[in-house]
Order: sequence, then structure tokens, then C-alpha cells
Amino acid sequence: MRNTSLKLAFKVLARRKVFTAISLVGITLTLVILMVVAAIFDNTFGAAAPESRIRRMLFVRTVGQYGPNSSNTSNPGYGFLQRTIRNLPGAENVSIYGEASTAVIYDKGRRIEAQMTRADGAYWQILDFRFVEGGPYSAADDESDRRVVVLSETLRDKVFGGKGVIGRSLNIVGSNYRVVGVVAPVAATRIAAWSEMYAPIGALTAEERAAFMGHFNGLVLARSRGDIARLQREFASRVAREPIKDPKEYKEIRASLDTPFEAFARQITGNREQHPALIVGSIFAGLTLLFMSLPALNLITLNLSRIMERAPEIGVRKAFGAPRRALVMQFIAENIVLTLIGGAIGFILSIVMLRALEASGVVPDAHLSINLRIFLYGIVIAVVFGVFSGAYPAWKMSRLHPVDALRGGSL
Amino acid sequence: MITLKDIDKVYRTERVETLALHNINLDIAQGEFVSIMGPSGCGKSTLLNLVGLLDKPTTGTLTLDGQKINGAGDKVLARMRNEKLGFVFQSFHLVPDLTVLDNVEIPLLYRRMTAADRRKNALAALDRVGLGSRVHHFPTQLSGGQQQRVAIARAIVGKPSIVLADEPTGNLDSAMGDEIMSILEELNSKDHTTIVMVTHDDRFAERTSRTVRLFDGRQVA
Repeated sequence: MRNTSLKLAFKVLARRKVFTAISLVGITLTLVILMVVAAIFDNTFGAAAPESRIRRMLFVRTVGQYGPNSSNTSNPGYGFLQRTIRNLPGAENVSIYGEASTAVIYDKGRRIEAQMTRADGAYWQILDFRFVEGGPYSAADDESDRRVVVLSETLRDKVFGGKGVIGRSLNIVGSNYRVVGVVAPVAATRIAAWSEMYAPIGALTAEERAAFMGHFNGLVLARSRGDIARLQREFASRVAREPIKDPKEYKEIRASLDTPFEAFARQITGNREQHPALIVGSIFAGLTLLFMSLPALNLITLNLSRIMERAPEIGVRKAFGAPRRALVMQFIAENIVLTLIGGAIGFILSIVMLRALEASGVVPDAHLSINLRIFLYGIVIAVVFGVFSGAYPAWKMSRLHPVDALRGGSL
Repeated sequence: MITLKDIDKVYRTERVETLALHNINLDIAQGEFVSIMGPSGCGKSTLLNLVGLLDKPTTGTLTLDGQKINGAGDKVLARMRNEKLGFVFQSFHLVPDLTVLDNVEIPLLYRRMTAADRRKNALAALDRVGLGSRVHHFPTQLSGGQQQRVAIARAIVGKPSIVLADEPTGNLDSAMGDEIMSILEELNSKDHTTIVMVTHDDRFAERTSRTVRLFDGRQVA
């Protein structure tokens, strides 16, 4: 039965070339766009070096004070992070790192602008960068305010023109830094790891060390995913204990220990929403559904007209004992075959599109590839699309009266 | 085998009500070869559709093989059509995308049967109608007579006790019509298959054991 359904599906598609071509164009384009978006999403939030442990990572990227008449939102300060994320029960490791910002390198009369991240020693333990030369600096380097720097491979080539740079000196914003390591490039979409050069946080003033707001981020590596809820609760209780500096103006402090997607969603929605991931996730899901429903509706219309062409066949099958369920399954199987063919073409086109995107440099240093995870997303999308666009026409078809169907049918 | 009692069939649209069959009472015994005759639009095909469980009577009772059909659901009707009935249509109704062999296998797809058994039975049915050498052809590669023989093979492949033929010779020339009629006669005489055939042709009706005549939806003989 299954073999015959599949065989018939291929024969029907081969015979109705125009229908097949129109359907495939719609399905393929939809899948290409969805798979490219999924690849970018995976490149941002999926587990891959240097964020291999991203599923256990939690971030504090925003802190805000809110009052009836005013609010003040910023990156957290060093002091706030020290008070709220150090020694959290359930944390395997904790790091404080700065927001990447532009720094100027002076080299033999050249002025090169590059993004610089200042990070403590734990940063290199939580993130598994691939070093192409040397290694990371240590916590001791950070505490001793040593002028050491790790470069991205892309920046190394730009500044030095090639390998063998460990120990060499680099003038960054007027100070000389010693290069201790070179890391493979990281995609600009990576929330914690992307930068062009990394240096210790170094010496901070007493005021900076105690600051509530500043330009830092907190990174917490949970021991296990099961510890995340506990970490978030403990963090919230520590935030609740933070004193409000100006109680006349502000009544509440808000900060969250976010998963990567929550952190991303919070950046989009601002710090006011309690469940930013739910809002942004629902918007994404809604847009995806809307985007998929347009070609699906097109396919439903095409399928309905195709049913009319095949009404006598449906009549014959009913006359010879096909129950409704068998007819529905046959039609859905045909549709899934069509969408899987579209998926296969879409898969190949997606690879081409992603290569082109990579080459264009729209997302700097992104390695946009279709891995097994994306491939599985694609298969799921194709099957959902096939069932979605085939179910209603199949149901209509199964309800055709056999006598009407044998005469040519009317839905 | 087949009993129709006080059967009426009314087709209703929003504006018009058409009485297609009125007060039909008919008993067909097992192994009979019955022809149904009458002018166009007199209700012959409607009657055949009712006997074939493709349509339901408006009033009256229909009994098939001792089982009352009135009120039966889609699943039960589908199973009865699959196990007890075989259809031959005037315009053959072969699926153009499938080979001759695949077409003949259709009724067996809805039975619990291995692919090998389906194939074996389909080949035997095709041998029986003399088309064993055309199994991999597509319907469009065959003549009208050959297509109707494929349709007969499809009708008998599941070994039904009743074959319903709706003007099986209507689209064929007289020689081919004779050929088809001979196959149906052989089925009836050798296998004792009950055959109910709608026809316009007196020559073929004369070769059946009984003729039911309809006029304006009423049984006149």
C-alpha cells in the first residue's frame, strides 16, 4: 500500500509537470528562506565553539532603575555584577566581560579601528575558543593589570599580515600590549564571544569597582540545565536586596539572569517586559506561520483543482472499497513527497545562499552552514508544510460522493 | 443475493425534486445474469449505483447477501464494496498514471494482503481476460476493447460474488462488444458470479438470463 502510494505520487508529479513546477517553486522558495533564517538562528543560539556550552550559559546584560516618572537602563556595572553573580549556588563558573567597543591600533603609521572586549580570566574557561596561536591570558594577568591581548585571526592578518605574532607588541589606544594568543574568527552574531581583540579588564578605580551601572556583562555557566531556574531565583533575590540609590526618583531595580535567547529578546523589547522570550518567540513563530501559510494556501488551491482532475480516479477507488482514511493518507503522502522534493531542492539552494551570505560579509566572520540540526529543521518544516497544505484538500477529496466523482466530480 | 424492496430514489436540489426511481422491487438470486434496459434517463444507472452501494435509496430497503444496507456507515459500505462487488464502467475509468497491472491491483490495496499476493492475483485476473502480455502497458497504449478487458480484470481480481457492469459495451464496436460479453458470460457460467448489467443493446440483453425494464424510474418488466 505504502509503496503503491509513493509510486503513484511520483507518477502523478511526473505527469502533471506544470502543477509540479509551480508547486515546487513555491515550496522551494519558502523552505530556502526558512532554512537560511534557521541557519542564522542556529549560528546565533546553537551550541558551537566558542559557545559550545551555550545551553548552560546565562547572561546579565541589562540593569534598570524604574520610577513613576523616569527610568534609567544600562549595561550592568562591575560592582553590581560582583554582588549579584559571584558565588551563585549552582554556578560552575562566572565571568565579567565588557561590551565590545571600538579601540584604535597604531601600527607603523597606520591607524586601524577594531572592536575590543575586556574580559576577566574566567571568560576563557567558559568559552572554548580555538586558538590558532598561543593561548589565553590568565586570571593572574587580569588581576596584575598586565597589558596582554588576544587577537582574532582576521585582525592578526590585517595588522601583521600573517602568522608568528606571539610575543609581538601592539599599540592600542596609546598603550603597548603583548600578543599572547590568536583565536579563530567568531561570527558577529555570537552573543558572548564575538570581538576582534580581547584584553584583561585590568585596574579599575574604586568607583568603577562598586558601580551599579556601567559597560559590563555578566556570564554565568550553570553546572547543569537543571540548575538554571535555581540560579535565576537566587539572582532575583540578590537584585531585590540591591539598595536603590535615589529612592525619590526610582522605586524598583530590574535585572535578569537570562538564557541567550532571553537576553536577545530583552534587547529587542527593552527591559520592561517580564517575559521577553515569550513575546519575541511568539512573534517569530507567528511570522514563520504567516510566511509558510501564503505558499501553503497557494498549494491548497492548486491541490483542490488537481483533485477535480482526479475525481474519476477517486470515484474508482471508492467504488473498489477505498475507505476515506486511505484516500486522505494517499493524498497527504503525495503532498509530502512533493514537499520533500521541494525540501531537497531547497536544501541545495540554501547551501548556495548561505555560501553567498558568508562571502558577502553581511554577518562578519559568520560560518553559516547547514548542519544536521538545520537539516532536521528543514525536514520538519517540509513535512509540516506537506501535511498542512495537503490535509484540507485530502479531506475534501475523501468526502466526494463516489457517483459524482465518477462523473467528474464537484467539490 | 440482492433484494430491493419499495425503493424510491429522489434527487433534491434547492429548487427541483426529481424522482429517479419509484417503487422498485427486485430480487436477484446468486449466479443470475440480469440485464437492465430502458431509455436514457429512465434510472438504469441510478439503480445500478444503489445495488453497488455507491448511492443510498431515499426510501425502501436494500439487502445484499442477507445484510440490510440502510444506515450503514462509510467504513462498512467500503468494506462490502471491496469484498462483494466488482464494477465495470462504460468509460473504463482506468487510472492513466498506473500500468495495467497496477490498475488491476487497486481493489486489493484495500485488503490485508502482501504485495506478492496482490501481484499474483492481478496477473491471474489479467491472464483470464487474455492480457497477460500487456501488464506493463499504460491504459492509453491499449485499444478500447483491451481497456475494458483490463477493467473486467480489475472487477474480478478480488473474486467478488457480484459484478455490476454499466453499459460495458457502450463505447465499443460490435466485435469488441461481443468479446466483452463472452467474458462476462464465462464469468457467470464458470464462476457462478452474479452479474447485473445495464445495456441499451437488445442483442446482449437477450444473452442474459433475465431482463429488468425501466421506464421513467418505474419497473415495467
